[in-house]
Amino acid sequence: MEDNYVLEISGVNKSFGGLKALSNINLKVKEGTTHAIIGPNGAGKSTLLNTIIAKLVPDSGSIIFAGKDLTDGMTPHGINQLGVSRVFQTPEIFPELSLLHNVMIPAFATRDGAFKFDVFRWLRNETQLKSEAMHYLDDLGLADSCDIRAGSLSRGDKRRLEMAMCLIQHPTLLLLDEPTAGMARHDTNRTIELLKQIKEGGMTKIIIEHDMHVVFSLADHISVLAQGAIIAEGKPDEIKGHAKVREAYLGTTEL
Amino acid sequence: MDSINPSSKRKDSLGLIIFIIVVLTAPLWGKLIGAGYPDLLQKFAIFGLFAIGYNILFGLTGYLSFGHAVFLGIGSYTAAWSFKLLSMNPVPAVIFAILLSGIFAAAIGYVSLRRTGIYFAILTLAFAQMGYNLAYSVLTPITNGETGLRVLRDDPRVLDNAFGVQIEGSPVGNFFGIEMTGYSGYYFCAIMLILGFYLAMRVFRSPFGMKLVAIKSNQTRMEYTGYNPRPYLLTAFVISGMYAGLAGALMVIVDPLAGAERMQWTASGEVVLMTILGGVGTLIGPLIGAVVIKYFENIFSAINDSSLQATFNFLPEWLENIVVTIVSPFVGDGWHMTLGVLFMIVIIFMPGGIMEAISRLTAWIKRMRE
Repeated sequence: MEDNYVLEISGVNKSFGGLKALSNINLKVKEGTTHAIIGPNGAGKSTLLNTIIAKLVPDSGSIIFAGKDLTDGMTPHGINQLGVSRVFQTPEIFPELSLLHNVMIPAFATRDGAFKFDVFRWLRNETQLKSEAMHYLDDLGLADSCDIRAGSLSRGDKRRLEMAMCLIQHPTLLLLDEPTAGMARHDTNRTIELLKQIKEGGMTKIIIEHDMHVVFSLADHISVLAQGAIIAEGKPDEIKGHAKVREAYLGTTEL
Repeated sequence: MDSINPSSKRKDSLGLIIFIIVVLTAPLWGKLIGAGYPDLLQKFAIFGLFAIGYNILFGLTGYLSFGHAVFLGIGSYTAAWSFKLLSMNPVPAVIFAILLSGIFAAAIGYVSLRRTGIYFAILTLAFAQMGYNLAYSVLTPITNGETGLRVLRDDPRVLDNAFGVQIEGSPVGNFFGIEMTGYSGYYFCAIMLILGFYLAMRVFRSPFGMKLVAIKSNQTRMEYTGYNPRPYLLTAFVISGMYAGLAGALMVIVDPLAGAERMQWTASGEVVLMTILGGVGTLIGPLIGAVVIKYFENIFSAINDSSLQATFNFLPEWLENIVVTIVSPFVGDGWHMTLGVLFMIVIIFMPGGIMEAISRLTAWIKRMRE
């Protein structure tokens, strides 16, 4: 069977002073799959995502996406323009803007690129983009509050807003850093449903998650990270039965 | 508050029409509030433009520049040289002033925007002080140093000579036969103000303006959302520099003299005060702030000790002396003390400025009606 890989991470190392945060990470993400990265706190999961979006530059190794090495002087906005969007662990939204504008801004970036001097266009005439933004707000159950300030949302709602901001970009690769943290059970289930729907759309996702319910509902493939190294990799069933994983991470978790 | 309000076409058109009427009838309503003379109205329009432009940078992107007076100065000197070398017609003066201040803004902005926050503010301040000192001493051949650059009768004025335009008496700006003094000078400024206001409205209501506000709101998110913030910030910086250059040119057009003092840091600080007093990030607020400050400056700085004594002479003499002693540091040359107090009151009680006061008041009236 021939596999198409969307992302290929090879030999990535990253140290902070004496602390080895990532050691020789090799990871391939297959097109159209959901790849979960799990591991205890401080295992280097967020650090790994940060190297993908050029928030951090690895000490060595390469990260190939769409034929380009993302570690080779790429800017965060350049990487997003290639088709990588990210939901952060602490929601990164525009608190002073309305929900609608929060979702329209990423859509403009995808449509118009990293810079466009569109002073002589009326924002109010962007009806197509506006209705698309409303569509995504609706998908995430936020359409009713489209005119309120994003800063006034609860943390769970901010996260859902951020999800809409990423989805409207139709990314090739979506990075989700604990997308359901801080959400009520009901909203968590709703988010799982939504992420399953996107899966059918063919979007590739990398997801970091502590909630095993979420991980096992969504993931096609799981990599287990502990102390900066990948200790196990495989299909969800294989990971469940993996002795090393139980010891490092799942030991206390009922499965 | 979201400064890019979802606004309807009707509301914007109505606002613009009211704005145009108010500006064009200023000589009439000016009389009612004791501002019915052209010098003051010209100041309203000129500093209004300065503040409206400044607000595109500070109000939308949140980048506080402490050196925008340098572009005011560049605009003034350019306009004066256009008067000296080309023509007393204000049109080339305006065009060259906008272009040259835009070029300088691009250079200064390119360097300053490498930093944010207080470091950005200090960089712009440093550039402005450099500009001031250059104009004051080193560049004397261009700026005529502390005397200021005057437009003289026997300057070359190539275009005027080519078209046979004669200058009689001391040279004044001349718009195809209309002298740029008094009310005709005001109306030239007023038309520039209307154009400037309309452009600012387009910026505020455009996707570009929304993106500037988004940079102010969360620059990190902008970067991870696929935007390169630097060209956005630089464009906003250049636009605001051009507004300042236009304002500087208008100063020379209504009074053909350019001095280095208008580049001083106090002038840069004044436009910050105007913007904050009126309402940062609001479309009309900065203009209102400029008008209020220039209006009260005109009133307070005209008062001196003898007029104070005349005002308070109904009091017993010992009390009169006390009152005059207390009040006098706040008037005349000390008017900046009054401005400082006014500014503190606004910052502490109404950080959104006059516009916030107005919206609170209308909300209160609405509540009372219900």
